[in-house]
Amino acid sequence: MTHEHAAAAVHIAGVSKVFGKGGTHALDDIELEFQPGEFISLIGPSGCGKSTLLRVIGDLLEPSEGLVRIGGKTAHQARLDRDYGMVFQDPVLYDWRTVARNIGLPLEMMGWDRRRRAERVQAMIELVELGGFADHHPWQLSGGMQQRVAIARAFAFEPALLLMDEPFGALDEMTRERMNIELLRIWGASGSTVVFVTHSIAEAVFLSTRVVVMSPRPGRVAGIVPVDLPYPRVFETREDSRFFELVTAVRELLRGGAPAPVGVEA
Amino acid sequence: MAPAAPRQRPAWAAALARRLAVTAAVLGGLWGLWEGYRWLWSTEGWTRPFVVDYLTMPHIHEMFQRLLEPSRSEGPLLIGLLLKSAAFTAREALAGFALGALIGFTIGVVLHHSLFLQRGLLPFIVASQTVPILAIAPMVVIWLGGKGLPVWVPVAVIAAYLTFFPVTINTLRGLGSADPRALELMRSYAASPWKVLWKVKVPASLPYVFTALKVSATASVVGAIIGELPSGIQDGLGGAILNFNQYYSLEPASLWATNIVAAALGIAFFGAVVGAEKLVVRRAPEHVG
Repeated sequence: MTHEHAAAAVHIAGVSKVFGKGGTHALDDIELEFQPGEFISLIGPSGCGKSTLLRVIGDLLEPSEGLVRIGGKTAHQARLDRDYGMVFQDPVLYDWRTVARNIGLPLEMMGWDRRRRAERVQAMIELVELGGFADHHPWQLSGGMQQRVAIARAFAFEPALLLMDEPFGALDEMTRERMNIELLRIWGASGSTVVFVTHSIAEAVFLSTRVVVMSPRPGRVAGIVPVDLPYPRVFETREDSRFFELVTAVRELLRGGAPAPVGVEA
Repeated sequence: MAPAAPRQRPAWAAALARRLAVTAAVLGGLWGLWEGYRWLWSTEGWTRPFVVDYLTMPHIHEMFQRLLEPSRSEGPLLIGLLLKSAAFTAREALAGFALGALIGFTIGVVLHHSLFLQRGLLPFIVASQTVPILAIAPMVVIWLGGKGLPVWVPVAVIAAYLTFFPVTINTLRGLGSADPRALELMRSYAASPWKVLWKVKVPASLPYVFTALKVSATASVVGAIIGELPSGIQDGLGGAILNFNQYYSLEPASLWATNIVAAALGIAFFGAVVGAEKLVVRRAPEHVG
């Protein structure tokens, strides 16, 4: 690997993924590079391979071709070194564990001692504003609260990279918008790089430093929309005229790559 | 002075009262069926499917009465004798249950991790259960008897033979029931197979394992009683059943009384597993089976 790539948070070179023998072409020759501290959204219609790409980055799936580097390491090594956290659409909490013990799970896996674990878990609970729920079980929480537990769990070991697969897809619009602002706050405090899969255009624009628009069959990068809205982004950001321009730019790309009125990289 | 608040019965007490009422109603119903059938057949003089008299169908109260009579002239009360026998059998059954559960669980875990072994061994494990326990028991007694081991050890092994199978099958099923995304999450933590097993798969399997343990708990009591027969053990319920079988024409209520005690032992085992399940398995209320 060349020196300039070593600094990239995520470097994806010529990645293709074919499922089964002569089967679905999920990803075709993806080239992407994300810088440390960026918030990247992957957006596209169903079947565009955005979740597949996320799993390839996380070494949960092997690419058929090409390679992925995370902070200069192979994706496989990065997984073994626990360099990234993962959040799914469903919170995937363990019913038999309390909120605190769910958040502490990755720390247990990493062999943190009990005291250090308890301190970090407490800090994470405060970060996601779940004070007083530490001893609750997941089924006693609302969907939004459960997802906050999942986010706290992912951030608990301060990974440099966070992979999120439609984490707010199952939440209602109101909760979702509130969670978006919370996520930005947590991201701002952590300095992590986030790769965020969504199929909400507004959510992608609201959250991201850049939006990667993908097209389906085979999954390809249709274009990248840099988002120049200032942080911190607030509820009013969604009413900004610039916000609407960017949403339109993403929508145009999704509709088939018509030249967008704002700066588009690729 | 404020009037005293009306005393509310706590929810658990109401639930317990409801349960006791249901149990009493069921027992009363069964008692009514037995005695009603008995009364109808004997007053009408019906002989099909069998003649009803004090030998074929003793009164229920006779069975319980028999428990409180001396076992033989000037002997201890029958209930005392049977409780001692039950304690003896319970030890065999408990040892067999523990052994069988452990072996069954271990086999389940091993088979879960090797499709090759699963394909190769599972048919034989299934076959092992089609061989009647009465054919296996004498062999186990011959193999393990007279080796300086306590006499009840072969019986425990026979009980374990009946116990392990449901545990193996359900462990296998339960380990495979873990949420695939939970497994993906563990993979993202680069978790070792051992950690995945203990942190995700085993907890996910517990409801299945406990279902099997409930089946096995009663099976282990049956296994222990049957195991006593070829072992020539006189101290347990098996011995008592064999003994009262021979005197059935003289005092049929004794055998029935023994059956009551044996059934009570089985229920106690079952209840213990249910209690353990409540302590161990913590899930969303709608998942509790």
